[in-house]
Amino acid sequence: MPNIIETKKLDGSDILEINFGPQHPSTHGVFRMIVQTEGEKIRGLRPIFGYLHRNHEQIAENLPYAAIMPYTDRLDYVNALANNFGYALTVEKLASLEVPERAEYLRVIMAELARIVNHITVIGFMLNDLGAFFTPLLYAFRERERILDLFEEVTGSRLMNNYFRFGGVKRDLTALHLATIHQIVAKFPAFLEEFETLLSKNEILCMRCQNVGVLSPETATNAGITGPVLRASGVNYDIRKVDGYSIYHRFDFKIPLGKKGDVYDRYYVRILEIRESLKILEQALAKIPQGEILNKKTVPFIKMPRNFKPPVGEAYGRVESPKGELGFYVVSDGTPQPWRYHVRAPSLINLTVLEEMCLGQKIADAIIILGSIDIVLGETDR
Amino acid sequence: MIFGAGVFKGMMVTLKNFLTSYYRDRDNGGIFTVQYPEEREKLAENYRNLPFLVYDGAPDQIRCVACGICERECPPKCIHIEMATDAAGKPARKPAVFDIDYSLCMNCGICEEVCPFDSIYMDHTFEITSQAGPRSLIRGKEALARSNDYFRKIRPAMAAAVDQKRKTAEDKKKAAATPPPPQEIK
Amino acid sequence: MENIGSFIDMIFVTAKAWILALLGQFLPVWIVVLASIVISGVAILCLGPVIMMYLTLLERKVIGRIQNRYGPNRVGIWGLLQPIADGIKMFTKEDIVPANADKLIHLLAPIMTVVPALMIFVVVPFGRQMTAADLNIGFLYFIAVSSITILPIFMASWSSRNKYSLLGGMRTAAQLISYEVPMTLAAVPAIMMSQSLSTNTIVLTQAGSFGLNWFIFTPWGIVGFIVFFLCATAECNRPPFDLPEAESELVAGFHTEYSGMKFALFYMAEYMNAFTLCGIAATLFLGGWQGPFLPSWVWFFGKTLALICIMIWFRGTFPRFRVDHLMAFAWKFLLPLTLVNILLTALWQFTSASAAWLFSIMILAAMLYMLVKLNRVFVPEKRNYVLAD
Repeated sequence: MPNIIETKKLDGSDILEINFGPQHPSTHGVFRMIVQTEGEKIRGLRPIFGYLHRNHEQIAENLPYAAIMPYTDRLDYVNALANNFGYALTVEKLASLEVPERAEYLRVIMAELARIVNHITVIGFMLNDLGAFFTPLLYAFRERERILDLFEEVTGSRLMNNYFRFGGVKRDLTALHLATIHQIVAKFPAFLEEFETLLSKNEILCMRCQNVGVLSPETATNAGITGPVLRASGVNYDIRKVDGYSIYHRFDFKIPLGKKGDVYDRYYVRILEIRESLKILEQALAKIPQGEILNKKTVPFIKMPRNFKPPVGEAYGRVESPKGELGFYVVSDGTPQPWRYHVRAPSLINLTVLEEMCLGQKIADAIIILGSIDIVLGETDR
Repeated sequence: MIFGAGVFKGMMVTLKNFLTSYYRDRDNGGIFTVQYPEEREKLAENYRNLPFLVYDGAPDQIRCVACGICERECPPKCIHIEMATDAAGKPARKPAVFDIDYSLCMNCGICEEVCPFDSIYMDHTFEITSQAGPRSLIRGKEALARSNDYFRKIRPAMAAAVDQKRKTAEDKKKAAATPPPPQEIK
Repeated sequence: MENIGSFIDMIFVTAKAWILALLGQFLPVWIVVLASIVISGVAILCLGPVIMMYLTLLERKVIGRIQNRYGPNRVGIWGLLQPIADGIKMFTKEDIVPANADKLIHLLAPIMTVVPALMIFVVVPFGRQMTAADLNIGFLYFIAVSSITILPIFMASWSSRNKYSLLGGMRTAAQLISYEVPMTLAAVPAIMMSQSLSTNTIVLTQAGSFGLNWFIFTPWGIVGFIVFFLCATAECNRPPFDLPEAESELVAGFHTEYSGMKFALFYMAEYMNAFTLCGIAATLFLGGWQGPFLPSWVWFFGKTLALICIMIWFRGTFPRFRVDHLMAFAWKFLLPLTLVNILLTALWQFTSASAAWLFSIMILAAMLYMLVKLNRVFVPEKRNYVLAD
């Protein structure tokens, strides 16, 4: 590590190296950026992560399959349900398990609610990074609270849901819960309207966000960027459409695409995605059938997790987490524990283009570009 | 579009929220915070936090038989059980030691799911801080024991179901006199 | 009724005169003069910090309400004792000075920043005959003293030996110097119309019937007031112009390395500046203490507080500017606008009222249109989003 106090000459101008993080109000956790600046302009940026490394994959390789589920909650702690979904999908692929109809609907409903929670939280934090002093964030939290209350009632926890089981879900939604979700879905557009009036057209916000941190579609695809960051650059790639996993192919929804690929597009694409999620929720609520919530084959394994031994083989399952393609790669050797367990974390891979986007921008832009990528350090560092 | 209109509209939104915070209720744009120690939100029945042990009669008659399944399945390994022995040195189907390290527990609820004897459940208490250091968060058998009435109070629906299940099992047991062989699941 | 009204109006002035008369009975004249200065001085020295303390509470309360939560409400009824609790906390906190800091300047900076903030109070007309020193160059004095504020902030940032502080300090220097120019020019119309630099005279010119002949009721007054107020917001580093302490980028900007009472002094200066700048804005354009029915000082404090509430409202709503946009806004937008405004004021003198209104509005509209056209960066792009399958 070079001495960061030193200023050095690079192509004739003075370069100042500034250390953002690991303790900094806007790095969204313990993330560190070494920024080389010339005045306010960024000339170089080196992201450093790993401060929150918890050995997630190694721990998982020593646990029975079912006991990994609560650990996946801790990956991306803003939307634990998407992680549950991805992991459950992978193990079901590995063990060739069917999921009952109702459970599929419950999964989609919960995952889409988690997507809404994640997107409004991200937008709120991004606007907070822009300097809008907590107002949009707290408005977002106000609405998020309703959804989290529902999560608490259904899954038992607000954030660490641990809701999915192999071949189904843990608990059924009662008619009352469904009515609550109906209410949330009905009320949400009004909130989005208010939220957009607050800042979407605000001149200061537009000045700050438009044409800042532009990510070209070529760079994005080459770097393996996924999720709203990729779609803001105009690439139509959503795993819900591409794979049509679970029962997503049955729903009618659109993929909002940006054009420029700047911070504003990433902000607005997320708002539009919330609207699409609401559409999915409406359809799912209308069509949800009665029935089992857990595959009969896996019911005994709830009481005896160690008896669950998928056949020898490997599986890669992926879902469209709100941050991008969340993939789990699991190799089974026929024992109760996975032989290899790997997570393809969208936060980490989306972070790789940070320097590319920040070069030539101002210091203040680096913060909002980081905010617009939407990283969660729990997932980045694992 | 007039220049400055976006700024102005945004200010109207904050003004509206400022005003509604005085007269609207929580769900319609009023103040949504809860004044915590005085006011509390009602916890959902399924809310899970830290595990406790259920007893039926006296506090030392916990349902736990020290089978050790929860100990084995606990993902962060925060449960420690030692089986008691009776006078003859034979296992007594009762825990001599049942410690849960609350500082380690990750509130996943797997112990509750795997327990075949309906003896461990997730509590609603979350105010467990103490200044005595992390060691004080290791709770022994006595500290963990809660009555079935308490369980009924915090989770009425689930407790009723469990009570019903236990009662039918009891009846069956009386009728059959011999316990059914343990199921082998593959 | 009339008597009671004027009695309440003049209550502070009468009280001071009464004390001085009492002293004058058995003390030499020079002591009485000294006492007069001391009384005004002590009043200001007490007023400044008290205003600051309760402005922090007001700000936290209002922002809380904007965000649909209560503000501080634990200490005392409605949290009224919160500022005192904060004060005690600040006094008892450990004072940390970085090892490599320039200790002397690090110590001097917070002290120096409070002094000009207090000095401005001298020329603020709080009510009828309630200006501590009615200088005939009052406004010039205000401009001169308020521009000193840059220096201590830069001292603080430089002496901390912290890169965040340094960047904050650099931004401050650029920002405060830039915004001083349109601020002064925005005030020129008011000075032209009242033909005086004395703050008291400026207020007296705005008397009219019912004391409602405020400058803001003219086209140039509105523009002048808006520009002046925006610049005032920038001058006291309040959002959306709070770049020097930009929390999300520079942690706390120039006062990153300050703690305890030194930190509180920066805060005190900031809030006192906000108060005096709002007071001056009210004086120049909102008629100062002029107004019907109520006592003069109630009018003054009411107007000032209303302006401060608008500043807090800004804080609750807006994201922060970026450095280059901030500078562009001052030099490319506000400055030309103020120059045109001065021209308008001059024309206002010669034309009849209704024709002048029409004429001014036309010129201003044309000017605004031109400025917006010239500054494309301020105008949001229209975006359409594809909804793909």
